Amino acid sequence: MITPALVLSAFLFVIGAFGVLVRRNAIIMFLCIELMLNAVNLTFVALSRVVGIEGQLFVFFVMTVAAAEAAVGLAIMISIFRHYETVNVDNFNLLKW
Amino acid sequence: MIDILFYVFAALALGGAMGVVAGRSPVASLLFMVLCLGSVAGIYVLLEAHFLAAVQVIVYAGAIMVLFLFVIMLLNLGHNYHPDLKAGLWSALSFAVAGALFGFLGRQLWGNRTMTPEAGDSVDALVAQYGAVGAIARPLYTEWVVPFEITGILLLVAIVGALVLAKQRV
Repeated sequence: MITPALVLSAFLFVIGAFGVLVRRNAIIMFLCIELMLNAVNLTFVALSRVVGIEGQLFVFFVMTVAAAEAAVGLAIMISIFRHYETVNVDNFNLLKW
Repeated sequence: MIDILFYVFAALALGGAMGVVAGRSPVASLLFMVLCLGSVAGIYVLLEAHFLAAVQVIVYAGAIMVLFLFVIMLLNLGHNYHPDLKAGLWSALSFAVAGALFGFLGRQLWGNRTMTPEAGDSVDALVAQYGAVGAIARPLYTEWVVPFEITGILLLVAIVGALVLAKQRV
């Protein structure tokens, strides 16, 4: 079952990457990033059957970082929304060349 | 039986992931994401990672997704929805990038397709000896205690940072 799980996680990662590229709503881009992190977690859990329990430990750390990232990212989103009244990434062009 | 369950969960996870990308309103995307995370938790159970499956449901599908839901509802995003899929050249380029990424990942998997669960027995023995939580907690509090403490500091920084960023100017 390891190889099918790895294939599934590859699919999930690619769908997440595609979502980040193709959507304009910053919150949905965030959700897609969580999806990619989740795909990596699935890889770690599947490979923990090959290399040992450390794979599951790393998933624990990835989840912590994902939680911190979601909290800070959503706070940034709220503060951006106060400035621009939108979360559409096309409007955040201050750093655009 | 386990194989059938795996493919059911895998199909649900893929459907949920596609729903996240294609969802028409942010709330629908979020609920698809919860479906995806729940199915992946089911796959964790099938891969004998019971503790992580519980954490996935409680922390990810529970706490983080509720945080997203609060922010979506706070910003009132569902109503003035207009299609935000990028069209034309950019979406073709995105397809190309996603395809290339999958090509690389698939090639990597194809090279290692004889993946045997060499450590599966040792993991199962740890779980049988210390329990599903103890098998993870034991290395976490001995060998990996420094990274564990650093994640504590990271969470503290995240709390302070989120408060500073999101609080109203007084």
